[in-house]
Amino acid sequence: MFDIFGISSAALFGQLLIGLINGSFYALLSLGLAVIFGMLNIINFTHGAQYMLGAVAAYLLLNYSGLGYFPALIIAPVLVGIVGVIIERVFLQWIYKLDHLYGLLLTFGLALIIEGVGRNYLGSAGLPYTLPDALRGGQNLGFMFLPNYRAWVIFASLIVCFGTWFMIERTRLGAYLRAATENPTLVRAFGVNVPRMITLTYGFGVALAAFAGVMAAPIYNVSPNMGSELIIVVFAVVVIGGMGSILGAILTGFGLGIVEGLTKVFFPEASNTVIFVIMAIVLLVRPAGLFGRRA
Amino acid sequence: MERVVEPAAKISPLRANSERIAFGVMVVALLIAPFVIYPLFLMQALCFALFACAFNLLIGYVGLLSFGHALYFGWASYICAHTAKVWGLSPELAILTGTATAAILGLIAGSLAIRRQGIYFAMITLALAQMMYFLALRMKFTGGEDGIQGVPRGMLFGFLDLHNVMTMYLVVLGIFLGGFLFIHRIINSPFGEVLKAIRENEPRAISLGYKTDRYKLVAFVLSATLAGLAGSTKAIVVQIASLTDVNWPMSGEVVLMTLVGGLGTIFGPVVGSFVILTMQYKLAFMGEWVLVIQGVIFVVCVLLFRRGILGELANFLRIKL
Repeated sequence: MFDIFGISSAALFGQLLIGLINGSFYALLSLGLAVIFGMLNIINFTHGAQYMLGAVAAYLLLNYSGLGYFPALIIAPVLVGIVGVIIERVFLQWIYKLDHLYGLLLTFGLALIIEGVGRNYLGSAGLPYTLPDALRGGQNLGFMFLPNYRAWVIFASLIVCFGTWFMIERTRLGAYLRAATENPTLVRAFGVNVPRMITLTYGFGVALAAFAGVMAAPIYNVSPNMGSELIIVVFAVVVIGGMGSILGAILTGFGLGIVEGLTKVFFPEASNTVIFVIMAIVLLVRPAGLFGRRA
Repeated sequence: MERVVEPAAKISPLRANSERIAFGVMVVALLIAPFVIYPLFLMQALCFALFACAFNLLIGYVGLLSFGHALYFGWASYICAHTAKVWGLSPELAILTGTATAAILGLIAGSLAIRRQGIYFAMITLALAQMMYFLALRMKFTGGEDGIQGVPRGMLFGFLDLHNVMTMYLVVLGIFLGGFLFIHRIINSPFGEVLKAIRENEPRAISLGYKTDRYKLVAFVLSATLAGLAGSTKAIVVQIASLTDVNWPMSGEVVLMTLVGGLGTIFGPVVGSFVILTMQYKLAFMGEWVLVIQGVIFVVCVLLFRRGILGELANFLRIKL
C-alpha cells in the first residue's frame, strides 16, 4: 500500500471501487429509463420502487423458499418484470396519448404505493441480505483489498449493460425496437405487433432495475426507501447523459459513479451533491446533455 | 393540458361573474372558519393553499411541471425562521427575507431548468431541489434533523401581537388573499396571456416574436417567490422549520394538492390543499398507509379525473372557476 496526494492507496481505490459499484447501478437504472422512455415516452418514476422490489424479491426468495443469490439474480428480475408488464397493461397504456407530465405523475403515484406498502411490511430500518458463500472474501491486490462480491457486481453489470447495448444496436429484435421508437405507425404497418413490444419493453426495463436491486441487496440493506433517493440521482444522471444513446447512458452512469467516489476521498462534504453540481454545469455548457441530440 | 370551457356567446350574469362569486364565498367561509375549525390547522392549510396556487401558476398556466417546489417553500421557511430567531428580525422582515431568498433561488434554478424542455424540466427541478435538501441537511444553521424550533412569532409592524391566535389567523388570511389575488392578476394580464400561449404551443409563440424563455423564467421566479412567501409564513405560524419542508415528498404533495383540486383552475389548488391536509389529519392513525392512499389518489386522478375537483365542477356547471 502507498500514498497518493497524502491519501492511502487503499482508501483511494476503495472509494473508487464503491464509486464504480454505484456507477453500475446508475448505469443499469438509467439504461432502463432510457429504453422505457424511447418506447413509451414516459419517464418511469416507479423505477426506484422497482429496484427496491428486486431486492425485496431476492430477500423473500432466500428466506421463504430457500432460493439463494444466483437463482434470485434470474428469478427476481423476471418476477418484477411480470409486475411491470401488469402495471403497463393496467395503468400506463391508457395515457400514451396525453401530455408527458401525466406519465410522470402516474408513475410517481405508483411509486408511492409500492414504497408505502414496503414500509408497512418491511419497516423503515431495512433487512440484511446474507452474501452467498461463493462470493465472500476478497483478493489483496497490493495497493488495495478487493472484496470478491464488489468485483462481481461490477463485472455482472458490465456484462448486462453491454448485452443490452448489443441487443438493441446489433440484433434484429433491437432493429425493430429502434424502428418502433422512431415511427410506431409505420412499423405496425409492416406487421410488427408494436403494442406488445411496448409492453415487453417496459417489462424489460423494469427487470433491469430489479436486477440492480438484487445486486444491491447484499451491499446495502433491503429497505423500502432504497429506491426513492437513488432514482433522483439517476434522473440527474439521465439529464447529464441525455436519453438519446444507450452507450451514452452506460458511460455516463459509470463515469459519474467514479466521480462521486473520488469526491468522497478528496472532499467528502460534497459527495452527496457532486452529481447535481455536474448536472448544473452540463446544463450551462451543453444544454442538450453529453450524448443528447438537440431537440 | 385540458382547458376550462370557453364562455358561451350569451351567458347569464351569474355565470359571467362566477369567479367573483366564488371568491366572495371563499372569503366569507375563511372568515367564519376559525370559529368552527381549529385555527392552527386552518393557518397551515392556508399556507399550503398559497403554496399550491404558486405551483399551479407554473403547471396550470405555463405547462411547466416543477417537481422541486419544496426547495423554495422549505428554504424560505429556514431563512425566515433563522432571521426571526437568531437575528431577531420582526416577523414582517423575516418573512420578506425568506421570500427574497426563494426569489433568488428560483432565479438560479429556473435559469438552469428552462434550458431543457418537457420531461427533462421536471427531472432538473427535482434534482436541484434534492441538492439543496442535502445542503440543508449539512449546514449548521438549519439544525439538521432537529430543524429550527421555537421560532418567535413576535409583533407584526411593531404593534400586532401574533401570539394572539385570531390576529395571527387574520394576518395569514391577508397574506394568502394577497398572494391569491396577485396570481389572479398575473393570469389575467397580457403577460399571463403570453404564458397561456406558451402552454398551448410554444413554437408558435416563438414564431410570433415572443422570447418564451424570458417569459418562462419570469413565471418561474414569480412562482418560486410566492412559494417562498407561503413557506416563510408557515415558519412563523407553526414556529418550526424542518427538513420535511425541503424534502422531495413535499414537492410531491404540492403536485398532489394541485392535481386533486384541478390543474389550471384558480380555486382548485385551494380546495385541493384543504382536501389533502384534512385527509392527512383524519388518517394520521393509519401511519404509513397514508403514503399508499396518496399514491392511489395520484393514480385515480391521472387515469379518471384529470380535471380535478374544481375542473370537473366548472365543466359540469359550464362556468370558470
